[in-house]
Amino acid sequence: MSPHPQAPAPGIYLDNNATTMVDPAVVEAMLPYFTEQFGNPSSMHQFGDRVGRALKTARQQVQALLGAELDSEIVFTSCGTESDSTAILSALKAQPERKEIITTVVEHPAVLALCEHLEKEGYKVHYLTVDKKGRLDMRQYEDLLSNKVAIVSVMWANNETGTLFPVEEMAELARSAGIMFHTDAVQAVGKVPIDLKNTAIDMLSLSGHKLHAPKGVGVLYLRRGTRFRPLLRGGHQERGRRAGTENSASIVGLGKACELALAHMEDEKTTVRTLRDRLEKGILAAVPNCFVTGDPSSRLPNTANIAFEYIEGEAILLLLNKLGIAASSGSACTSGSLEPSHVMRAMDIPFTAAHGTTRFSLSRYNTMEEIDRVIEAVPPIVAQLRKLSPYWDAAANAPVAEPEQAFQPAYA
Amino acid sequence: MWDYSETVKEHFFNPRNAGAVTDANAIGEVGSLSCGDALRLTLKVDPSTETILEAGFQTFGCGSAIASSSALTEIIKGMTLDDALNVSNQDIADYLEGLPPEKMHCSVMGREALQAAVANYRGEEWKDDHEEGALVCKCFAVDAVLIEDTIRANSLSTVEEVTNYTKAGGGCSACHEGIEEILTRVLAEQGKTFDPNAAPPPPVGKPKLGTLARIRRIESAIEAIRPNLQRDHGDVELVDVDGKNVYVNMTGACAGCQMASTTLEGIQQRIVEDLGEFVRVLPAPKGPLGQGQAPSAQGQHAPA
Repeated sequence: MSPHPQAPAPGIYLDNNATTMVDPAVVEAMLPYFTEQFGNPSSMHQFGDRVGRALKTARQQVQALLGAELDSEIVFTSCGTESDSTAILSALKAQPERKEIITTVVEHPAVLALCEHLEKEGYKVHYLTVDKKGRLDMRQYEDLLSNKVAIVSVMWANNETGTLFPVEEMAELARSAGIMFHTDAVQAVGKVPIDLKNTAIDMLSLSGHKLHAPKGVGVLYLRRGTRFRPLLRGGHQERGRRAGTENSASIVGLGKACELALAHMEDEKTTVRTLRDRLEKGILAAVPNCFVTGDPSSRLPNTANIAFEYIEGEAILLLLNKLGIAASSGSACTSGSLEPSHVMRAMDIPFTAAHGTTRFSLSRYNTMEEIDRVIEAVPPIVAQLRKLSPYWDAAANAPVAEPEQAFQPAYA
Repeated sequence: MWDYSETVKEHFFNPRNAGAVTDANAIGEVGSLSCGDALRLTLKVDPSTETILEAGFQTFGCGSAIASSSALTEIIKGMTLDDALNVSNQDIADYLEGLPPEKMHCSVMGREALQAAVANYRGEEWKDDHEEGALVCKCFAVDAVLIEDTIRANSLSTVEEVTNYTKAGGGCSACHEGIEEILTRVLAEQGKTFDPNAAPPPPVGKPKLGTLARIRRIESAIEAIRPNLQRDHGDVELVDVDGKNVYVNMTGACAGCQMASTTLEGIQQRIVEDLGEFVRVLPAPKGPLGQGQAPSAQGQHAPA
């Protein structure tokens, strides 16, 4: 267990799938690159050369965490979304005769919104569906593989439930069918071991701020020999694959964060998982009518997504926040949309539960004491909101009989 | 994080009148489970005076839905049913010192629960009359369904027209892509294609108006716009017409509003359409006008 090197802001932060605290060691590594190490790495002089060397180190640190064969396979970008867009658009540009894409219904908007946009431009997008536990049907996938498909893009781990997809197996299948394979691994990198050189994955996206590096930096892993067309053209940075002067301080920070993530990989499997399991068991034991969403047998060690039936997530978050506890929800209201999270809908979670889904995502900086405080805080919050709920019988402390029939509001 | 007012937070953390009223004789149930907001309002009404003696709510919903429900029950307690029916969703939002645009529908739900409960008391059937779509314009809280219906009802074909009829797109203009998509879809239903460069349909040739008729036309155009502004607690009055220049006073919430220049453009557009000639709508300079001297837009700044 890593010590608290620097106490974060007061409060208990369990929203690490949204973003993470920048590790103080990462900040320290970055600082010189805002001041004396200001050179442009492309320059011939010593000012540029020193920064260029630092970028090389960072590239190797990322390479090590991903298990990539070569450091030249690492392309620095500005974020996970840019990496996703670059990968998918490159595959389409490089293979203009292929007009189809395979992805899943539960992808992050970085992929989904792009695919929906590409549909308007005439591409055919196949969305793999999931079962109630958020798992893919591999037969459905295999049936879609054809020489019309330009790229398969499937997330490694789901941001809401933490459910892991069998991307290594899917990449092998894509390779045998002669199709490029991309994975959005923004949630997986740093939380589960990855060894790209021994997989058939052609492209992978990662985002710095999900693993204790700063926001505004990401990586596209691009397997050597994968046909590629850049998104940004211009200077020769990143070997012409991503033009634009390098965000050197952040890249140095990302390198350091990757080194730390590799060193702490064991903690994820042990400490973080133990805390997550303790949190989940504690809440499930104390709160009636709640359940874990996703696939508990195959998921990230840090994520617990719990659906509290008959109450709404934003209200839960506001009450948690009052106690200094930060989490997130799949309810419609937290996003300002009209529907609950597409991930919950895809898993066929009923509306009365989908709106009450609450995600607790941990990091190696959380402590047992924090988890115990959350276990204590949650049951009264749920009870308080259920008292207001038309579906809940406060006297019996149970849902009203036949809840769906007992309360049937007119659509308004 | 939503920008909730202190009053919204206070009503959420300490809701008033939570729970069902025992011996309720009026019950209204509205909301949509897919949206995650539903409300049951229970009232105890005195049959002799039709006064609301007690009001209670049960809400499945977010912070602002709970706060809106709480505010509604506080507002209507002690009112007669007829007075309560005059409570608008804006009244609920005002009571809470405002709601974010994405959350205004929570106040609408409150008003509708009230209508449903009164209908239930009177043995009538309450019919919901609106359908809510995805929020398109965040500046003015306009949803897709309203935009689609307005396009169909008025045969609109440009983003500019949609802005004039619904206000959508009149603020930051970030939603213009979304409005173009709706136009493309609705026009396609009618077998037409959306042309982003289309000029608004030319005003039908109108005979030249005399001075009085012209000013009356301008007045009636402004009258037609005022309810829209009043809905947002603003207002506008005609001050003077000088040739091609129309001087107005923006009052209420419009005075000093960031959107004032956009609002002026909207007013200008409307007057131009109604008059069939180009005029410029300008804010009236402070102080008396006249002495035969046209007020100029420059030189009217207050001394520093």
